[in-house]
Amino acid sequence: MIFELIPSTLRMATPLGFAALGGIYSERSGVINLALEGMMLIGAFGYVIGTQASGSVWFGLLVGVGFGLALALLHAVATVTFQAEQIVTGIGINILALGITEYLSPTTEQVGGLPHWKVPFIGSYSFVVYLLPVLMVLSHILLFKTPWGLRLRAAGESTEALAALSLSRTKWQYIGVMLSGIFAGTGGCFLASEVHYFTKGMTAGRGYLALAAIIFGNWRPLSGIAACFLFGFATALELANRWNIPGQLLNSLPYILTMIVLAGLVGTSRPPASLGKMES
Amino acid sequence: MEGNYVLQWFLVKYNSIARLGNLARKFQLQNCIPSLLALAGFFLLCGLVLQIRGQNPLEFYRIILVSGFASLDEFGYVLFNATPLIFTGLAVAIGYKSGLFNIGCEGQLYIAAFAAAWIGIHLNLPSFLLIPSCIGGAMIFGAGWGAIPGLLKARYGAHEVINTIMMNFIAFALMNYLVTSVYQEPGQMIPHTQQIHEAARLPRLASLLPVLPQSNPLNVSFLLACGCAVCCYVFLTHTRWGYELRLVGNAPDAAAYGGINPGTVTIWVMALSGAVAGLAGVAEVMGYRHRFLDNFSSGWGFTGIAVALLGRNNPFGILAAAILFGSLNKVALDIEILLEVPRGLFLAGQGMLIIWLVSIESISQKFFNDSQGTKRGD
Repeated sequence: MIFELIPSTLRMATPLGFAALGGIYSERSGVINLALEGMMLIGAFGYVIGTQASGSVWFGLLVGVGFGLALALLHAVATVTFQAEQIVTGIGINILALGITEYLSPTTEQVGGLPHWKVPFIGSYSFVVYLLPVLMVLSHILLFKTPWGLRLRAAGESTEALAALSLSRTKWQYIGVMLSGIFAGTGGCFLASEVHYFTKGMTAGRGYLALAAIIFGNWRPLSGIAACFLFGFATALELANRWNIPGQLLNSLPYILTMIVLAGLVGTSRPPASLGKMES
Repeated sequence: MEGNYVLQWFLVKYNSIARLGNLARKFQLQNCIPSLLALAGFFLLCGLVLQIRGQNPLEFYRIILVSGFASLDEFGYVLFNATPLIFTGLAVAIGYKSGLFNIGCEGQLYIAAFAAAWIGIHLNLPSFLLIPSCIGGAMIFGAGWGAIPGLLKARYGAHEVINTIMMNFIAFALMNYLVTSVYQEPGQMIPHTQQIHEAARLPRLASLLPVLPQSNPLNVSFLLACGCAVCCYVFLTHTRWGYELRLVGNAPDAAAYGGINPGTVTIWVMALSGAVAGLAGVAEVMGYRHRFLDNFSSGWGFTGIAVALLGRNNPFGILAAAILFGSLNKVALDIEILLEVPRGLFLAGQGMLIIWLVSIESISQKFFNDSQGTKRGD
């Protein structure tokens, strides 16, 4: 019975996973990223209009990721260069993305999906699904086993250490935020490519759910993606609607779990030390 | 003689200018400058987008001026749109003044709205008892929903932003469950409850002021909102608790040194903020729709953040900003009909406005170090 839920779990977890990976880069560099929701939404939007305009899903993917990156750049300019309040900026970007996509809403013409790969014993999924575990492991290595990752994390943990090495915090925070735009944009593209069209507000809080997964996974790629799979499974259970559990309870389970973990009642979750701190 | 007159005129004139300057300083009018700059940018951007679309921006500006203010009826709609935003704006500002971000207004107002509807449906009391108990019950539930993140922050150090976001989604799910599975009006497909008692409804202002047409939805909840703004102003600036709240926000160390427990303040500030946000739900249920409808709020909790920012967290500034946003909502509708511009343009503009406002504040703080704007305490 559980096995029947694997395909929908994978489909639910993949966009979450991409957004969460992006969020981890941004938050590890010390920038709170509430804008994941908006970046995903504009990514999905970009995929659909890009594909409609050119007929090629690859161009759509490029446009989607590019749009996500553009919003990330806006977030970075406001929060890193102008030191604006990161939380409020993130919410502003989400509203902006909602508005832009509503204003320029694409036609309802269906678009093609990203190519599916058939893998023995696993099944046939969009190649993005296979990309996620690869990127997850790569991100883990990059963040925790290389000097590059050490520096990015130093921007979020200890500004003094970064300053002692005469490295620019600004540069690393830009890198972190831009990566979050690329990843969240990809997540949005996947979302749109699975349903073949764009609807207003189609991310439906997935960006915030990804944020919850980041916290649940203690700001680490491996456990963060594991949390995404857990949350994806909860959604798959809700969709299957088998055991007569109210869907709304399953729906809010990830949020309740995250609150419990954040409060340190079960396990601990510790944010990067300088997360959200401005330069003084 | 002639010169004497000129000198006298000059002295009188100079005196009045100086007095105006003092007045401006007294009411901290220089704090309006960033808001006005951001607004100018907002209108310019909207005009530019229309120019690109090949429409006349001047026509757009004319509609902005005329749409909400041409008649008393239209202005009534503007104030009606502004009512929930006054409450959520005040709720955000109360939190912000003590260094807390209440992003959970949306959830709090749903919970409170449901409480108001439940009491209004199930209690059969005369009006003078039922209305206060509905409002009181709603405020208690809003306060409770807001106090949970406050408690988690004070007790476990969990960040209130994440928890208020999580509580929003939990509230949406809970409301959806209650209104589709338990309290849905029998024989209806729409996810809403039955109507509240006649006695629990707040009268429309049209029934008190004959100058307004009967169709105008402006109701007593707007007066409640104005009263709430005045109360917030007095509370924040003229009471001990207001002082404690601001001290914890501006100088947490000084507050702790002065014997104020920041944890306690965090809990009651979040509760108070939740109660005020809950009044937005009261305005909807008791003033307008007379029942609880699933997903009734069009992001009022989030617009409240923009309202609080634009009003510089000052209760009267918030009143003005909420009325402005109320008129923008009406303009968005008119523009959609008259110029066929999707109202997403205004939503995008609102997002841009928020980003500008927070950026401008820090830019101006960089340039003028004497800025009196509230700084968030870490």
